[in-house]
Amino acid sequence: MSIKLEHINYIYSPGTAYEKQALKDINIEIPHGQFVGIIGHTGSGKSTLIQHLNGLVKATSGALYYNGENIYAEGYHMRELRNQVGMVFQYPEHQLFEVDVLSDVCFGPKNQGCSEEEAKQRAREALKLVGLKEKYYERSPFDLSGGQKRRAAIAGVLAMQPKVLVLDEPTAGLDPKGRDEILDQIAYLHETCDMTVILVSHSMEDIAKYVDRIIVMNHGQVAFDDVPKKVFEHYKELEKIGLSAPQVTYIMHELKARGLDVPADVTTIEEATEAILAALEKKGE
Amino acid sequence: MIKTDKLVFEYEKQDDDGNVIGVSRAIDEVDLDIKPGQFVAILGHNGSGKSTLAKHMNAILVPTEGTMWVDGKDTRREENLWDVRQSAGMVFQNPDNQIIGCVVEEDVGFGPENLGVPTEEIWRRVEESLRAVGMIEYREHSPNKLSGGQKQRVAIAGVMAMRPKCIVLDEPTAMLDPVGRKEVLRSVEELRKREHITVILITHYMEEVVDADKVIVMDHGHVVMQGTPREVFSRVDELKKYRLDVPQVTLLADELRKSGVDIPKGILKKEELVNLLCQ
Repeated sequence: MSIKLEHINYIYSPGTAYEKQALKDINIEIPHGQFVGIIGHTGSGKSTLIQHLNGLVKATSGALYYNGENIYAEGYHMRELRNQVGMVFQYPEHQLFEVDVLSDVCFGPKNQGCSEEEAKQRAREALKLVGLKEKYYERSPFDLSGGQKRRAAIAGVLAMQPKVLVLDEPTAGLDPKGRDEILDQIAYLHETCDMTVILVSHSMEDIAKYVDRIIVMNHGQVAFDDVPKKVFEHYKELEKIGLSAPQVTYIMHELKARGLDVPADVTTIEEATEAILAALEKKGE
Repeated sequence: MIKTDKLVFEYEKQDDDGNVIGVSRAIDEVDLDIKPGQFVAILGHNGSGKSTLAKHMNAILVPTEGTMWVDGKDTRREENLWDVRQSAGMVFQNPDNQIIGCVVEEDVGFGPENLGVPTEEIWRRVEESLRAVGMIEYREHSPNKLSGGQKQRVAIAGVMAMRPKCIVLDEPTAMLDPVGRKEVLRSVEELRKREHITVILITHYMEEVVDADKVIVMDHGHVVMQGTPREVFSRVDELKKYRLDVPQVTLLADELRKSGVDIPKGILKKEELVNLLCQ
């Protein structure tokens, strides 16, 4: 289920005083099964970019191939695309609306044409995947905690059994534990459900810990596109465009500058601990 | 500046027909004493009661039991309401919900105008406040076109223009990108230094509280930990129990310490760790 964007341009309100080019010549290919992080400051075009992925927004020019097929071609089955590319928007819990959690999660599959029975079956599976216990199924979604609401909302998308899961800042406003729980769950889904996962986040630490690849957006263009280590090597450029590297990367850079023999391209605590221990041992010899 | 005595806040749970089915205690006998000019951070997981507590600080909510004094005024007495609201200004999470003017300077002037401040004085305050948060060059811009961090700084300027003695920020950076986050925190720091204003910051980002004079941790409506950032962040395992975290540098130092490196507990800044390791 690869996704390929070719020369995608998107212009808001063309021909008016508010005309603005939100995406400029985007060329990206995402192979099936990748875990991709998208970062960029507010207004960099990342939300516009992900809205192209399931055809919510149509490019002004360029082509988007899903599984080799151009989604802008005449007669393309857009509904099928939306079944396959599931989108979890920012603060998805604001979209909960049903009387109980199970019915809410059933809404998607029912719309896809599933029978009542099948929809319930899928909803149960999805709720299990996000780790929401059965005792909550009959409760009103509005009585859940913030983290639980968000899980219920993500389950609503998972119940549609997408092949690609796109999440726009799924951890905004959650406490640290809630943040870790949601991200661990997403990583688990990525591993066990053979899904492509695309994660938009403002937390460099989270991105560094989980994804295989980072796409950095700036002024509607791709500024960097590489594995986390390589992207965070450009921490100075990242700062200029409203971003940063994880705190641990800065520590390693300083240690190196002060003469400790450590690699500077470290992005997680585990790696840093190992590297520093090794360097200290070498220094002590 | 802010003092509470056995503060309790309860709310009623209702069923679909509006019948009361129970009472929930969001804040349970909290005693606080925040001195003028202090920078106090409140941490706690979602639902721990920290925002409910914050809403007491300018009398959006009033205690069910116990007392809260803001600048010596009991928030439960109606005749104090205006004074309390003027003493303690609030900034919330979502900048788009707090900006009302069509032009930045109008928005900042809204507060003092409501207080009946003379026009000339309003303009002076607008200018000063915008300068303090580094947004003076945007005074004639439309707030719509600003970034999240810039909008939050305008919201802070709007509160500052009312000349409060205390500013309460409830997750002001939750929706911002890293640079937006830094901008907002720098503005708050600036205000603290120049105006000696009391700052109460509620946040989920542990890195933002390392410069606080005092950190308060809430859980289930109780204050469960309290102390300097160094004291609080040296108790890593306890914090995790309350669904919280420590800054990355503290975590890294803790891991190294567990592996036998001679590092004290409660490292807060990367400079400290780097200095210790490169001695």
